[in-house]
Amino acid sequence: MEKDDLKSKWNLTPEGWNLEGVPAYQDEKKYTQVGRSVPRVDGAIKVKGEAIYTGDMTLPGMVYGKIKRSTYAHAIIKKIDYSKALELPGVLAVITGEEAPNRWGIVPQAANETALAVGKVRFYGEGVAAVAALDEETAEAALELIEVEYEPLPVLLDPFESMERAKEVLIHEDSSGNIMNKGDQVYGDVDKAFAQCEYVLEREFHTNYPQHGFLEPHTALASYDPQSGHLHLWASTQVPHYLHRQMSIVLEIPMNKIRVTLPAIGGGFGGKGEAAPSEFVACLLSRKVGRPVKVTYERNEVFVTNKGRHPCHMKLKIGLDKDGYIQAVDFDNTLDKGAYSGWGVVVLFYTASMIHLPYKVPNARFRGRSVYTNKPSTGAMRGLGGVQPRWAMECLMDELAEMMGISSYELKMKNAIESGHTCINNMFVPHSEFKKCLETAVDKSGYQDKHGKLPFGKGIGMAGGYYITGTAYTLYQNYKPHTSVMIRVDTEAGVTLFCAAADIGQGSNTVMAQMAAEELGIHFEDVHVQAGDTEIGAFDLGSFASRLTYASGAAIKMACVEINQKIKETAAGLLGCRADQMVIKNREIYSIYETKKRIPWEKAVEAYTSINGSLVSMGNFSPPRRKGIDLITGNRVQGANIGHSPTFGFSAQVHEVEVDVETGRIYVKKVTEAGDCGTPVNPMSVEGQVEGSIMFNIGACLYEDQKLDVSGKHLNPNFHDYKMPTTMEMPEMDTNIVESYDPTAPFGVKETGEGAVQPTFPAITNAIYDAIGIRFYNLPITPDMVLKALKDKAKEAAGCDEVCE
Amino acid sequence: MKQLIELTINNRIYEVAVDARDLLLDVVRKKVGLTGTKKGCGDGDCGACTVLIDGKPELACIKLAIACQGKKITTIEGLAQEGGALHPIQQAFVDQGAVQCGFCTPGMILSSKALLDRKPNPTQHYIKHELSGNICRCTGYKKIIEAVEAAAKVWSIKGVQ
Repeated sequence: MEKDDLKSKWNLTPEGWNLEGVPAYQDEKKYTQVGRSVPRVDGAIKVKGEAIYTGDMTLPGMVYGKIKRSTYAHAIIKKIDYSKALELPGVLAVITGEEAPNRWGIVPQAANETALAVGKVRFYGEGVAAVAALDEETAEAALELIEVEYEPLPVLLDPFESMERAKEVLIHEDSSGNIMNKGDQVYGDVDKAFAQCEYVLEREFHTNYPQHGFLEPHTALASYDPQSGHLHLWASTQVPHYLHRQMSIVLEIPMNKIRVTLPAIGGGFGGKGEAAPSEFVACLLSRKVGRPVKVTYERNEVFVTNKGRHPCHMKLKIGLDKDGYIQAVDFDNTLDKGAYSGWGVVVLFYTASMIHLPYKVPNARFRGRSVYTNKPSTGAMRGLGGVQPRWAMECLMDELAEMMGISSYELKMKNAIESGHTCINNMFVPHSEFKKCLETAVDKSGYQDKHGKLPFGKGIGMAGGYYITGTAYTLYQNYKPHTSVMIRVDTEAGVTLFCAAADIGQGSNTVMAQMAAEELGIHFEDVHVQAGDTEIGAFDLGSFASRLTYASGAAIKMACVEINQKIKETAAGLLGCRADQMVIKNREIYSIYETKKRIPWEKAVEAYTSINGSLVSMGNFSPPRRKGIDLITGNRVQGANIGHSPTFGFSAQVHEVEVDVETGRIYVKKVTEAGDCGTPVNPMSVEGQVEGSIMFNIGACLYEDQKLDVSGKHLNPNFHDYKMPTTMEMPEMDTNIVESYDPTAPFGVKETGEGAVQPTFPAITNAIYDAIGIRFYNLPITPDMVLKALKDKAKEAAGCDEVCE
Repeated sequence: MKQLIELTINNRIYEVAVDARDLLLDVVRKKVGLTGTKKGCGDGDCGACTVLIDGKPELACIKLAIACQGKKITTIEGLAQEGGALHPIQQAFVDQGAVQCGFCTPGMILSSKALLDRKPNPTQHYIKHELSGNICRCTGYKKIIEAVEAAAKVWSIKGVQ
C-alpha cells in the first residue's frame, strides 16, 4: 500500500482510534514521533563544519596548558625542578602533583588517581607537571626545561607476574598482592551439577588490549573567575556530573561554584567516561593564572593515558546435561587493571554477571581478581565487562555443540532465556526477544545451510549476546534519581527540555526530542533540547552503560504528565468538555468523544500561560534496585548487585569470513545481525549504533592491540601503528531490528549502543574455525597466528599420517 | 622568522603571517578561524583534517602553509551552496544518517567531493577505496558509503559543482 493510500476514505477511522479499534490513549504502541528515522537535530551544523567542539573554542585572554610526562613506567619521583621553565618568556605558571593531592576516581571507595603524579609514577607517560604559557609552542618548550629526577622501580606489565612479585614491589602501597579487588560468587551447587553433566568442556581464553579510538582527542577549556570564585569548564566528556563532582574534590571548590559544559563531543566509547587529567590540569592552571586555559591532548597522549579494555585471562568451564541444557558454569577471570583503579571493581563484577545471560544457567561460580600493572589504566570501553566473557562463552558453546553433534544454533535456542526470566543471581529480565534475534540472523544468513559445508578457507560463525539498559546502582555519592529532566512550555520558546545528558555522537539529543514530542503530542522539531550542562540541565549520570534512552525516556514521560494534565484542563475549559476525555495528537487537542471539539495545542498553551505563566515540570528516573542474591539460599553475594538493569537488550550475529591461507589474513565478508532493542525510537540511529559496533569489534578482534616494550613504553601510540578498520575492511552488513516492545519500559525501549558489540568476537572466531578448522583462544587473531596455526596443523596431520601409514 | 603570505581559502584571499614550519591545519584553524577542519591525530593517519587543494584531497596536518600559496584551498565551510543551502553531499550525509559524533565528517565529505568530482558514477569499491584514508569510529562506514551513493545520484542529475 502506498503511503498516500492511508489517507483514502477506506482507511478513515474515528479520530483517536487506530485500525484495531483501540482508543489511541490506551494504545501505547501507536507512536508518531517515536519509531521514526528522523535526521539528527545536529546533523546540519556538523556537515557544515559549524559544530563547535571544545578544541574549536577560544576565550578572551585564553592561554595554553601542556603536561610533562613520565619517562618511566614505575619510579619514585625524587625531585622536580621547574625553575628554568618558569624563566622562559611566555610561561605563566608551572604546577606539580603536590599542589592538588586529593584523590579522584569514578568509584568513590577506590579513588586513587591524582591530577598529576604525587611522589611516584605508575605508568609510562603519567603526568608529572604542567605548564601554562601564552602559546602552545612556548608551553612545549617549557616542558623540556622541567627536570625530573626518578628512582626507577621494577616494572610489572603482566598481571600474573604482578601478583607473584608483590612481596618485592607494590604498585599501590594499600593494595596488597597488587590486587585491586577480588571476589568469589557461588550460586547453587556447581561441583555437584558438573558431576552429573554429560558434556563438559573447559578452556582458557586471553583477550587483548584495545583502546577506544574516538577521533576527537580529550580537550578541556577552563575559566576560573578569581573575583567570584566560579569555575567554568568546557570539556569533551561523557559524564558531566561525575566530572563536576571529581573537580570539586580535587580543587576543593564547592560544587555550586563549578559549572561543566559540553560542547559537541567527538566520540567517547567509554574513553571519556571518567574525568581526565587534561580537565584537572586546565582547571588548576586557570585558577593559578586567573585566565582561561585550554589543554588539548596530542594523539599519543590519548594513547598513553587511555582507559581501554581490560585484557582478561579467563578460564571457562561449561557443563551440559545429555539433552544439551546448561547445568553449570565455572568462570575464573584475571583482569589486567593497569595502573589505577578507575571503573575497576565495576568491570570485575560485570564480567561475573555476564555468564548468567542470555542462556539459562542454574548453577554458577565466579572467581575473579583485578590486578594492578604498570600500564596505562584500563577502564570503560564499549560493552564494558561483557565483551571478554561473551567471547569465551559463545566460543565454548560452539565447541560444545560440535561435541554433541548438533548445530550451535540449536544449542543456543535450547538454552536461550525468554521474557520474565530470573537468573540464579536474581537478575530479572522483564522482556526478551533473544530467540527471535537468533532465528532472524540464522535464517537471513543461511547459516544452517552453509555451516560446515563451505570450502576450506571460507567459514560462517554465529554468536548471541546481550547487554544492560543502564545500571540498577549508581557510583554517585547518594541514591538520587539517575536522571532528571525539566520541561518548560511557554509561548516564547515553545517546548524546552533541560537535561544534562551527554550527546557524545550517539544522538541522544535527537532521541530525547522525539520522546518528549511523542508524549506531548507535538512534533520533534518543536522540542529544544538543552543538554550537557550541569548548570542549565537537570542531573544525569552520563552516557555509559547504554542507559540514556531508557532513563531519559522514563523521566520525560513523568515530566509530561503534569504538563499534559494542565494543558488538557485548560483546553477542556475552553471547549466545554471534560479534561479526562482530551487527547493531544499532532499539535491538536480534542475530545475523544466529540472530535469536533478541538483547538490547536499552541492555543491551549497560550491560554494557560497567560493566566499562570510558564508551565514547568520535572521528571525523574530511578531504576529498580534488585539485590544480587543466591536465589537458592537467599544469601547476599559479594558484588552481585552489579549487572542488574531495568531491562536488557539482546542480539545475534552471523559472520562469514575468508581466510587467505597464503598470507594468514582474515577477511570478514558479510555480517548478518538481528537485534532486540525494544522500540527503536529512531531506527536509522539504531542501525548506526549497530553498524558502528560491529566494525568497532571487528577491529579489536583482528587488528587492534596496544603494545608496550619491556620498560612499559607505548610502542604504537598513533593511528599508523595502531590499526583500526577503514572502509576497505567493511563487510557487507545486513542489520535487522526485530519487532520488540518491552511493556515495562518507557515507549517500550531498550539498549542498543553496546549490545551489538558483544557477539562480534565469537561470531568471527567461530567462523574462522569453520573456515580452517582451528580454534583461537587469543586476541587479536593476527595473520602471524593464523599462519603458525596452519603450519602446526599441517605438521600434526603429517605426523599422524606417518604413524597411521 | 615570520613571513606574510596569501592563502586563497573558499574563494577568499587571506593574508597571514606564518613561520616556515607552520602547518596548514594550524593556520586554517587558529589564524583564519575556520575550525571546521579537525585535528584527529596530527600524523596524517586519520583524515579528519582533509581539505581540498586545487580540488585534490590533502591532509592539512602534514602540509606546510607556505606550500599552499597560489593554490585554491577549499575547507568544509566553503561547500555550502547559495543562500546557505547544503551541498548535495552534505544533504545526503544528514539524510542517510552518516553523521554521528561529526568529527570525521568534514574530512569525509571533502574526500567524497573529490571522488565524485573525479568519478560522478563511482562503484561501491571505488568509494571505499577513495575514503579509506578517512577513519570513522562511530558509523561503521555503511551509512557514509550509502550517503556518497545517494549524493552521486543527485550529482548525475543536477551536475552540481
